[in-house]
Amino acid sequence: MAKAKFETPELKEFPEIPAIQVGAMAHSKPFFAKPAHQEDLGFPTELPDDWKEIVIAKMGELLKKYRGLQVYLDTCVKCGACTDKCHYFLGTADPKNMPVARQDLLRAVYRRYFTFAGKYFPKLVGAVDLTKEVLDDWYSYFHQCSQCRRCSVYCPYGIDTAEVSMAAREILDSVGMGQKYCNEIIAKVYKIGNNLGLPGPALIDTMEGIEEDVKDETGIDVKYPVDVVGADVLLVTPSADFFAEPHVDGLIGYGKVFHEAGISWTVSSHASEAANFGMFIGSYENMRKVALRIREAAIELKVKRIVIGECGHAWRVAYSFLNTLAGPFDFLDQNYPIPQHIIEVTHGLIQEGKLTFDKSANDHLNITFHDSCNVARASRMGNTPGGQFRLPREVIKAVANNFYDMAPETIHENTFCCGGGGGLLTDDLIELRVKGAMPRMQALKQVVDEHDVNHLVAICAICKSQFSKTLPYYEFPMDMIGSLHALVSNAIQLGTKD
Amino acid sequence: MSLVTTIYTALFYFATAILLVGVARKIYIYASTPAPLKIPTTPAPTTRSGVVYRMLKEVILFESLFKSNKWIWLFGWTFHMAMWAVLARHLRYFMEPVAGLITLIQPIGIYAGFGMLLGLGGLFARRIFVERIRYISAPSDYLMLLLIIGIAATGLLMKFVEHTDVIAVKAFTLGLVYFDIQPMPEDPILMVHLASVAFLMIIFPISKLLHAPGVFFSPTRNQADNPREQRHLSPWAAELEKN
Repeated sequence: MAKAKFETPELKEFPEIPAIQVGAMAHSKPFFAKPAHQEDLGFPTELPDDWKEIVIAKMGELLKKYRGLQVYLDTCVKCGACTDKCHYFLGTADPKNMPVARQDLLRAVYRRYFTFAGKYFPKLVGAVDLTKEVLDDWYSYFHQCSQCRRCSVYCPYGIDTAEVSMAAREILDSVGMGQKYCNEIIAKVYKIGNNLGLPGPALIDTMEGIEEDVKDETGIDVKYPVDVVGADVLLVTPSADFFAEPHVDGLIGYGKVFHEAGISWTVSSHASEAANFGMFIGSYENMRKVALRIREAAIELKVKRIVIGECGHAWRVAYSFLNTLAGPFDFLDQNYPIPQHIIEVTHGLIQEGKLTFDKSANDHLNITFHDSCNVARASRMGNTPGGQFRLPREVIKAVANNFYDMAPETIHENTFCCGGGGGLLTDDLIELRVKGAMPRMQALKQVVDEHDVNHLVAICAICKSQFSKTLPYYEFPMDMIGSLHALVSNAIQLGTKD
Repeated sequence: MSLVTTIYTALFYFATAILLVGVARKIYIYASTPAPLKIPTTPAPTTRSGVVYRMLKEVILFESLFKSNKWIWLFGWTFHMAMWAVLARHLRYFMEPVAGLITLIQPIGIYAGFGMLLGLGGLFARRIFVERIRYISAPSDYLMLLLIIGIAATGLLMKFVEHTDVIAVKAFTLGLVYFDIQPMPEDPILMVHLASVAFLMIIFPISKLLHAPGVFFSPTRNQADNPREQRHLSPWAAELEKN
């Protein structure tokens, strides 16, 4: 691949809304999926001759299946409230990265073929004919949306560009224009069980390696079990947790928490992946197929609980969709939330006084926390709204002394996406990823300058990988990013509660 | 019956029919299209009553818009609230005797017309002068504002500059209600005012004015955040489980 040539955005003293630069990111598009991967997912391998009819028919089908899409394409009044809310717009200045303009790419065709005004007065209402150029524009700009839903927070009608972008990608898949990164990964899950293509034996090896490392470090036999029938907890975690840095430090932390609380647990080689890229491509069928592997694993291993590791979109799929896609889970222990987030587990154990920490183990760190978009705006933790903000911070404060939040307009439901979510965490989109990280980097710089923050904690595998890659572009050290449970792992006192 | 009376009578029956049938059809479509997944924008209320409270804040206070942009909120909210007051005031043209409440808001309703103009003018100015909003605007977006500005302006003209014969207007509108057609006063400003209103009613169900019923069906705002407690399954998704 040719080395990408682009300028890293400058971090200004105060956030600025850029003047628009038409076409600034028109060249950005991810690699197309190979025919083999299209086939694995049940999509055509190339653009059929009658693609126009297929696109319109597919759009019609989705309008009947998804009320959100129908309502969102009708109701936008072009008020402009969302125009300065997308991190990709703020980082690239391309006007088609304004949420409303992104939706309009699809809305213009919807109006032309499905509405009275667009059929008879297209110019008046901004309706356009479906052409190959339009389709190419969709491919480019619907792969410049990380489906983070920040725009939907600010829209007076709650119009969710993520829903529009998912529909667009599903339409593109239906005419053979799939995206390589997502579709290749989903195919890997079907064949091997996880995104990274880590087969069962390699997984067992990896977990044994982790056991040895933890034993060397602590002198204690903490187990990292695979496929143990009859364990209480099935842990489903993003496969990056098995060996990527800094993800694996989080997994080490989960194991220590379970060990200390005396909870028997296991991962499954069949469902060794919490991520579900079926959501990114808007395919209910594929998302369901991936989700059902978790149900199958839970039944096979006869577990009582399902716990999900640190991952943003995976938690959305698990929390908001799993019951729908793969439920009902009447065979699990109903005394626990189904599924439960690892932070809910750790937080609960802390409340019960079952864990002991030496907070000074994290004293070398001045910590800030990045709310991952799918956790912040598409899910919850605990029993009350906003628990997804409260619980992670309470756990951090229970295990570390130095915590500083970033500016309020950049955290909680206002959080900025890391720039790599929504199926865009691929090197062919590196320019987009670097530029899209700008608003988060800006907020980070502020706490670095004001509080000497030297550690950024995230609870999402994509955020962690994305920041490892993009932090250096903004002259921050790459290892500044860490897992929340790595902090827990540093501070937990093993063997104190027998 | 004069030609003007015939045209305006026909126009208003036509516009009313289009508005009612068109909006009812859209509401039926929205209500009957499933939302297969739980997608409330969180933090979201966990109960039905919580959702009602969230929706009320959204449609009465424009809460999300307030969070988003204070200028758009100021102009948009001023326009909409003033419009409700003006619409309420206009109910007097459709009832005899006039209800006490309607009489009570009559003074507010009159000056609210200026509030409408202020809000609409602000929105129009933003559409022209803010580059980002200009980029996303189609001709219909400008024309829609001009149409409503026209309605408000002609209304204010008749109240404050060129009085129209409101007794005759009321006889005409009451005639429409009771299917007892009365002459339409041939005042040019009134004719523009009423024709614009009828046009607005006609385009309501085929335009972005659908945001009014649409907001109540927006799954990001009207769903309760309780996916773990209650299984949510749409009919077409349930079909998949049979395979």
